[in-house]
Amino acid sequence: MCGATEGGLSLDGVNVAKEAVIQGQVLRGSEPVGNAYVRLLDRTGEFTAEVPTSATGHFRFFAGDGEWTLRTLAPKSEPVDTAVTATTGSVAEVQVLVSA
Amino acid sequence: MSRENTLVTAQWVEDNLDTDGIVLIEVDEDTTAYDKGHIRGAIKLDWTTDLQDQVRRDFVNKEQFEALLSERGVSNDDTVVLYGGNNNWFAAYAYWYFKLYGHSDVKLLDGGRKKWELDSRELTDALPSRATTSYTATEQDASIRAFRDEVVAAIGTQNLVDVRSPDEYAGRLLAPAHLPQEQAQRAGHIPTSVNVPWSKNANDDGTFKSDDELAALYDEVGFDTEKDTIALCRIGERSSLTWFVLTELLGRKNVKNYDGSWTEYGSLVGVPVALGDEPGKADA
Repeated sequence: MCGATEGGLSLDGVNVAKEAVIQGQVLRGSEPVGNAYVRLLDRTGEFTAEVPTSATGHFRFFAGDGEWTLRTLAPKSEPVDTAVTATTGSVAEVQVLVSA
Repeated sequence: MSRENTLVTAQWVEDNLDTDGIVLIEVDEDTTAYDKGHIRGAIKLDWTTDLQDQVRRDFVNKEQFEALLSERGVSNDDTVVLYGGNNNWFAAYAYWYFKLYGHSDVKLLDGGRKKWELDSRELTDALPSRATTSYTATEQDASIRAFRDEVVAAIGTQNLVDVRSPDEYAGRLLAPAHLPQEQAQRAGHIPTSVNVPWSKNANDDGTFKSDDELAALYDEVGFDTEKDTIALCRIGERSSLTWFVLTELLGRKNVKNYDGSWTEYGSLVGVPVALGDEPGKADA
């Protein structure tokens, strides 16, 4: 899960050593979902941040060390929850699949 | 005020896209969102350039606001309907800003851009053209904007509501988690301020919760309705949404938004700061 995967978001300009990055891509089948919303929930389930996905379905958060949940909302799909662990100095790459 | 005259539904907006006297305005944290697609007929205000002084840390002044709205074709008697992403975060900021300069009829699209998109409603990249106007603003309404000295004086005496996420409030994060965390100021919160994260005001689809649910949020943390209230966050946008809820939906009196917020308070020399999940004491 650590390290930028092929096709992941560029980390140019991001000081990865000082950040606990969570990033990834929302897909429906193999198609990127560019109009989804990804919410970052903390360990108690409380909302911390939300971003719309890019045209290529990508998103990124700068979290803190620990356990987080990504809640992905996309048109015509049920919300999808994905657990993820963030660590300062590393990049957690997550792929989220939403229903067709 | 009540939700009937401050909120409109996505369906109402769709039904009124061609109604004269209604101006849709998109204000997004992501200032490029409008350019990728927006509700037909909507104009854009860029919070970083249109609504901020480009030299001082302050809002544009009355004359600049008048020039901005005149150039964009907004009239004093127009119904302004604001919408944006992230639960209307920046649209609520613009709502407060329009009220600060005395615009009488302002509404939020309940759920904002997210609700519109999740409903699979149409977006366009066609730019509208509006004839210029002669917009007149009032002087800023000092009753809804708090400055740092009144915030320091409010410690232990007024309702201080910090609407950032729990991890920002406790000092574990310095900024919302979609922004880089490197900041100059200290982490933590103002002693005696309670934490009611702004996001608790909204459902997952971005629409506001019911009045009963909203009132319960503030009752739970011991809001004293006899006292004045100051809301803050990091830069004053999320707390605008809380100001909107308290003032416009719940009808609470004497609520101010502190737009200096944590980026100002957390950089002040000599003021008290509390860490952790508890509000802390006034003499901390």
